[in-house]
Amino acid sequence: MTFLEDIVVGDSVVVGRHTFTADDIKAFAFRFDPQPFHTDEDAAAASHFGALCASGWQTAIVWMRLLVEYHRRLAEAARARGERVAQTGPALGLRELKWLKPVYVGDTIEYRTEVTGTRVSESRPGYGLMTILTTGTNQKGEPVISFISTSFVERRTAAP
Amino acid sequence: MPKFHWEDFKAGDVAVYGPRLVTREEIVAFAAEFDPQPMHLDEAAASATLLGGLAGSGWHSCALMMRMMADGFLLESSSMGAPGVEEVNWLTPLRPGSHVRLRVTTLESRSSKSRPEMGLTRIRYDLIDAADTVITTMTSTMMLGRRTPGGAA
Repeated sequence: MTFLEDIVVGDSVVVGRHTFTADDIKAFAFRFDPQPFHTDEDAAAASHFGALCASGWQTAIVWMRLLVEYHRRLAEAARARGERVAQTGPALGLRELKWLKPVYVGDTIEYRTEVTGTRVSESRPGYGLMTILTTGTNQKGEPVISFISTSFVERRTAAP
Repeated sequence: MPKFHWEDFKAGDVAVYGPRLVTREEIVAFAAEFDPQPMHLDEAAASATLLGGLAGSGWHSCALMMRMMADGFLLESSSMGAPGVEEVNWLTPLRPGSHVRLRVTTLESRSSKSRPEMGLTRIRYDLIDAADTVITTMTSTMMLGRRTPGGAA
């Protein structure tokens, strides 16, 4: 499943949803982004955010876990059909990461990923590169995050 | 009173924070929680991938950079956050046992006409190892409060 040749530009999929709790926002922030508006309700209330909100990095990283789980479900289904499963990753990087709105306690973010481009890799003959646009939208329909990322995907027919 | 304001970041300024040891245990723990792909979890599986051996998630690099930024200067600054990140490039795998440092280069500084209490500072962050190999680069613009609102830069 999902070799470079199978990927259609314009295809988009909801990879999953995540509801942010106060505990999960604070646990992430204490480890990686200990700014007071991510770690403490009172400090957050006094800040320009007005209430405890998730680190922007957490909002992005939650997508990664959902994507890995989504791919795992597809791979298991493909293996059950006796199909070969493509290797994906690693990624080269990100661009145009935008934190559009804060993610507050109780917000549920739905992550949608759309394929915006594919090409053959010049440096890795058996692989191609896939570029995707990811958008996270809260329960009010407001986009909260978007970014573009590029990662390696195995080709079905590797160049000799 | 914050120690660092917008006025303290001038184009061309370079600061280096760290080092910080990145252990195999923390690479695997981060991956298990946030990015459970075999190349970040298991040596044998990782050696069969393009990474050629166990390496940290690119997101782990970003999270480490955020933490080193926070400890380095952000928590003592008048930061008002960042609207986003222009780009992140994962150039070299983050290997277990690396002693990483964060090199912070101010690229550009400008005041805000509409908001005289703040300025904008565009910064490149490089996560580098002990041999100065760049593991990850990140470029973003930070909003910082001004020591002297609306005054001369």
